[in-house]
Amino acid sequence: MSLLALTIVFPLLGAITLSLFPRMNDGLAATIGAASVGLAALTTAIVMIFWGTAGGYPYIQTLWQWVSVGDFQMNFALYLDGLSITMMGVVTGVGFLIHLFATWYMKHDLEGDRGMARFFAYMNLFIVAMLLLVLGDNLLLLYLGWEGVGLCSYLLIGFYYKSEANAWCAYKAFIVTRIGDVFLAIGMFMLFATFGTLNIQTLLHQAPQVWEQGGTMVNVTALMLLLGACGKSAQLPLQTWLADAMAGPTPVSALIHAATMVTAGVYLIARTHGIFELAPVILELVGVIGGLTLLIAGCAALAQTDIKRVIAYSTMSQIGYMFLALGVGAWHAAIFHLMIHAFFKSLLFLTSGSVIIACHHEQNIFKMGGLRKTLPLDYWMMVIGGSALSALPIVTAGFYSKDAILWDAVANGHGLLWLFGLVGAFITAVYTFRMIFIVFHGEEKIHAHAGSGLSHHLPLIVLAVLSTFVGALIVQPLGGVLPSGAVEGHHWVELFFEVISSVVALVGLGVAAALFLGKREMMRNVVDTPVGGGTWTFFHNALGFDWLYDKTLVQPYLFVASLHRVDWINSLINLLPTAASGSNAALVTTQSGRLRWYAATVFGGAAAFLVALMLFG
Amino acid sequence: MNGLPIEYGMGLAALLFIMGLTGLVVRRNTLFILMCLEIMLNSTGLAFIVAGQHWHQADGQSMFILIIGLAAAEASIGLGLLLQLYKRFKTIDIDAASEMHG
Repeated sequence: MSLLALTIVFPLLGAITLSLFPRMNDGLAATIGAASVGLAALTTAIVMIFWGTAGGYPYIQTLWQWVSVGDFQMNFALYLDGLSITMMGVVTGVGFLIHLFATWYMKHDLEGDRGMARFFAYMNLFIVAMLLLVLGDNLLLLYLGWEGVGLCSYLLIGFYYKSEANAWCAYKAFIVTRIGDVFLAIGMFMLFATFGTLNIQTLLHQAPQVWEQGGTMVNVTALMLLLGACGKSAQLPLQTWLADAMAGPTPVSALIHAATMVTAGVYLIARTHGIFELAPVILELVGVIGGLTLLIAGCAALAQTDIKRVIAYSTMSQIGYMFLALGVGAWHAAIFHLMIHAFFKSLLFLTSGSVIIACHHEQNIFKMGGLRKTLPLDYWMMVIGGSALSALPIVTAGFYSKDAILWDAVANGHGLLWLFGLVGAFITAVYTFRMIFIVFHGEEKIHAHAGSGLSHHLPLIVLAVLSTFVGALIVQPLGGVLPSGAVEGHHWVELFFEVISSVVALVGLGVAAALFLGKREMMRNVVDTPVGGGTWTFFHNALGFDWLYDKTLVQPYLFVASLHRVDWINSLINLLPTAASGSNAALVTTQSGRLRWYAATVFGGAAAFLVALMLFG
Repeated sequence: MNGLPIEYGMGLAALLFIMGLTGLVVRRNTLFILMCLEIMLNSTGLAFIVAGQHWHQADGQSMFILIIGLAAAEASIGLGLLLQLYKRFKTIDIDAASEMHG
């Protein structure tokens, strides 16, 4: 159990080694980068076994005292319970598979350029920060990890820093998530002001005694935490950064912007669930935000041409499902979907990375086409991942997790949110299979070279297995940490709703097949009409949120900034130096070097002085 | 001597001083400037003499001796400068030596 800290130490050592020796050869850098996370995953497995055999009680490992000011003590302590061990498993397990894949991917993506050591240093540092986030015993340690993952996300989105567009994408991701972070910080301040501690368990224990149900203070605090979560998890008001974050290398998209970091918001809300349960209005808002985001992101995914942006919007949409689950109080279902989503979404991203490399860095799905024959492995991986994403019944893991969310929504009496989820499920199936059909079916437009090697095949296959019903067999030890939220319904009623969602997913698959298999004439005709074309552009730009924010926030800000470029108070102060330099210029002209002029002024001055003395003295 | 009021002597001294000063300011010839300086020095000397006579004090006369000595030293330095000026600029126009603006 005391091995727990090692899970953080291994990647940290990796990150330090890689940043101290940036010129080491690529193979060694990749080995160190992947092995450090591999060791962390191994340690996690051992910790899991020990923790499980010890009975699964919460375990606190205090490493050292972090802050000690007066009465206020804060420890650098790791807290292990069912929730954090689940997250830890996802972070190190999926993280290791992605690191392994990245050794293959980066070799082909860098094409001999420098940067392998830098890449793995950032990736390892990300794992460190993410583990701190999920293992932090207090909110400040969580916040340290929270900011750490934000930093690594920024560094990795802008990994190819030579292109200016990438740098702007990195800025955007950093700044938008920073807005959320500010709200999280305010929430933490409010908690600290009320309770005088940031220890999460103490907070959860004391909150019901201090705060009344639905009071203003608890509502505002919960809202602040929610906005923080929205920033990190790319939910409705702060969702615009995620699609642009795809500028980073594909393993980064898989690890940070799909499997782990973006689920930090879900983790935060689940971790502080006691506070949200005291604020039912805000909890309702969580569900509404999730429902709206999953629809908006789904619509946006329908009209993307970049393979990574399709998957990015699907990530937003799936996190919307998790928020919806949190909102209806289906805590277990939310975390279950988080884990399953990490499996199939990293599978989809890694496969798309494999396809992108095979197609010589082509990302436009309309320029691919017909890759089924040249890339059979990628095809089947994409089909498995896509099926899990669209929650095709019985065989996929996504079916079990998403179905649990939808059932809990309806069973807890949130009919509207259930409807949102159902429509979202339909859209999900359509855009997922639209992508698969366009990329892998139809005529072949590009000559692809299939990837090879163990580091390419193994992560894909393992993740594919976990994306099928096998993944759904994993039991999460969440009992005692989170209220279940699951409602036991009548067996037949539950089955009825399961059938409905299955049918919806299958209908979505059918619609995608009708529209995008074959020559796609119908789709072309629709897009050629003004209304169809307008809708397509509207969806393609993700419902114009970037435009809206630019007009309502960025432009006014720049306008105010330009007003303040002329600083009136400052120019008032600037009168002093102006006067000094003016009188300097005047006095310089008297220094003419003409002796007679000097003599005249000396006597003139003396005379004036004498006269003044006579008159006033 | 007692019949002559102090104002007369002082008035003459002031007149001489102003003449010297005017000459100093308006003339460009360095030689004339030195002569004007002599006039100014001697006018102050005269003022001391008159004042000493008025109050029956010897201080005025001792101050005059000091001024004579000063004038002699000033004249020798001034003429030395005049010679150097002529050597450098081939003129004794004082305004020619204004290159350093200070």
